[in-house]
Amino acid sequence: MEELLNILKDLHPDVDFEKEERLVDDKILDSFDIISVISEIAEQFDVVISAEYILPEYFNSAKALYALIERLEDED
Amino acid sequence: MQNNVLDYLERTVLRVPDKIAFSNGTEGMTFSEVDRESRAIGTWLHRKGIYKKPVVVFMNKHPREVTAFFGVIRGGCFYVPIDEEMPRARIDLILDNLQAEVILCDEQTAVTARGFSGGAEVVLYDEIKGTEIDQAALEEIHDRAIDTDPIYVVFTSGSTGVPKGVAACHRSVLDYIEQLSRVLEFDENTVFGNQTPLYFDACLKELYPTIKYGATTYLIPRELFMMPVKLVEFLNEQQINTVCWVVSALTFISAFDTFKSVIPQYLRTVAFGSEVFPIKQFRRWREALPQAKFTNLYGPTEGTGMCCYYKVERDFELDEAIPIGRPFANTEILLLKEDNTLAGRGETGEICIRGTSLTLGYYNNFEKTREAFVQNPLNTAYPELIYRTGDLGRINDAGELIFVSRKDYQIKHMGHRIELGEIEANVNMLEGIKSAGCIYDLAKGKIVLYYVGETEEKELVALLKDKLPRYMIPNHVRKLEQMPFTANGKIDRVTLTRYHQESTTKVLSTKEKR
Repeated sequence: MEELLNILKDLHPDVDFEKEERLVDDKILDSFDIISVISEIAEQFDVVISAEYILPEYFNSAKALYALIERLEDED
Repeated sequence: MQNNVLDYLERTVLRVPDKIAFSNGTEGMTFSEVDRESRAIGTWLHRKGIYKKPVVVFMNKHPREVTAFFGVIRGGCFYVPIDEEMPRARIDLILDNLQAEVILCDEQTAVTARGFSGGAEVVLYDEIKGTEIDQAALEEIHDRAIDTDPIYVVFTSGSTGVPKGVAACHRSVLDYIEQLSRVLEFDENTVFGNQTPLYFDACLKELYPTIKYGATTYLIPRELFMMPVKLVEFLNEQQINTVCWVVSALTFISAFDTFKSVIPQYLRTVAFGSEVFPIKQFRRWREALPQAKFTNLYGPTEGTGMCCYYKVERDFELDEAIPIGRPFANTEILLLKEDNTLAGRGETGEICIRGTSLTLGYYNNFEKTREAFVQNPLNTAYPELIYRTGDLGRINDAGELIFVSRKDYQIKHMGHRIELGEIEANVNMLEGIKSAGCIYDLAKGKIVLYYVGETEEKELVALLKDKLPRYMIPNHVRKLEQMPFTANGKIDRVTLTRYHQESTTKVLSTKEKR
C-alpha cells in the first residue's frame, strides 16, 4: 500500500490519497494520470492492469486500486 | 463564391432538416434546431446592439454550445469559448484582453460566471434561444459581412504568462474546411466522434464539415476518455466512422490491449496530430483496423487548424517518425534558414506558412502579432505576411516534410501546446519563490519543474492549480537549494535536464536491486 501511495503522491503531492474516494468522479485523476499510474504499477508491482479494469470503481480510491492489484497478483 | 461559413448550414438545413447534427449520445439537435436557435441567438445580439464584438461562450460541452457559436456568427460577432477546466486566473486574463459585453452561459456555468470581474453581462442560452427571429436583420448582417471578418478567438499558451488570443476569419476557416474535407474524404455519411475540447481550434475539423455535408458529430463525453473499453463501445453504439483525435487519446485505447476485447468496428478514417505517434502504438491501431485510412495532421492554431497532412501508407520502423508530409492545396510551407533564405533538400529551416489559411493574428496584441506574422522575406515587391511557427523542419529524401524540433521552449504535452515559459512565469509570481525552471522529459511525456524558494512542493502544486489549466501542471516538482544559470544569466536547462536524468536513473537502479 505504501508503494502505491508513493506513486500517487508523486503525481499529486497536494492530494490526500488515503482519504479520497472520488478520485475519478471528482476529476482529481485525469486520463494521463491513469496511464502514469498503470505504467508505474507495472514496473513496481509487476502487475498488468488491462483495459477492462480501467474503470472508475477501481481508480476512485487508493484502497480500491490496491485491492485490484492484490487480486491481479493472486491470479498470476 | 461562398464567403460566410454559415452558408454551409443554410444549404444543409434545406436538404436534411431533421437529421441529427450534433449529439452527446443522450441529447441531440437536428440541423433545423441548430439553424433556428442560432438565428434566435443572432437576433438577440442584434437587438442588444452587439455587432462585430467578441461574445464569450462559457458552456458545458453540448450541442447547445456549438449552436451558440453559430448564433454569435449570425449576429455578426465572433465567439470566444472558455471552459470550466480553465482556472479562474486564466479566465480573468482572457476577459481582460477581450473586454466583452456578454457571456453566454448554461444554468451551471452561469453560477461561476456571475463571479467574474469585468462587468460583462451573464446571459443564459436557454433564456434567449426562443427570441423571435428577425429574418430581415439577420439577412442584412449576412450581406454586410465580408470574409476577412473574425468568427472566433481561441486562446493559446503565451511564454510571458499571458495567453494569446488567435483570431480567425470566415475565409481562413472556409479554406481549411475545404482542403481538409478533400484530404480526409468527408461526406454526408461521415459520423464524427469528437474528442478535443470546444475551446480550441481543433474542433473545427468536426463542427464545420458537419454543417457543410449534413454529417453528424457526436461530442464524446469526457469521462469516457478514462475508460478505454467503454469508449470503444460508445464508438460502436453510435457507429462512429471518423475520428480526428490527439495522439494521446488514441494511445490510451491501444496501450492497454483494449483491442483484445473490443474493436471500433465502424472506424474508417483516423486522423491524428499535435504529437508524435509512437510507432509501437500506431502498429496496434493498424492491425486492429486494417481497412482504415490513417492521416497525420500538422499545423499551428495561427494557421487555422491544420496546414499539412501525411497519409500513412507504408510501414515505419520503431525509431522512425511519421512525416508531417505536405501542405494542403492553397497553402505553401517555406523552410527558412537563420539568414532568411530557403533551406535546401535535407537542410533544416523554420517552418513558415504562406497563404489564405493564416489567421488574423493575436487579438488586442499587435506586438506579439508583429513578432510572428511577418513580411515574407522572399518577397520584396508587395506586402505579404507569413506565419513563423517556431517549429524546425526539413525535407527528407522522399520529398516529405519532417518535424525536427522547436526553436524555443514550446512543447506538446497530451496534445496541448504549452510554453514552458508560461509555467515558469506563473510559478515566479507565487509568493516565496525565488526562481523556477521547467524542462520536458519527451520520452516519458512529463513536465518537470525545478524551483528555489520557501514554499513546499505540495503547497506549490496546490497554488499552481488556481493559475494554470491542469494539463500545464508539472508532473514532477523538485525543490533545489540553488538554481543553475548559464554564463549569460539564463536558467540552465541543460543542467536541469541532467538533474532529472540522474534522479530517474537512480530510481531505476534501486528498483533493479530489489
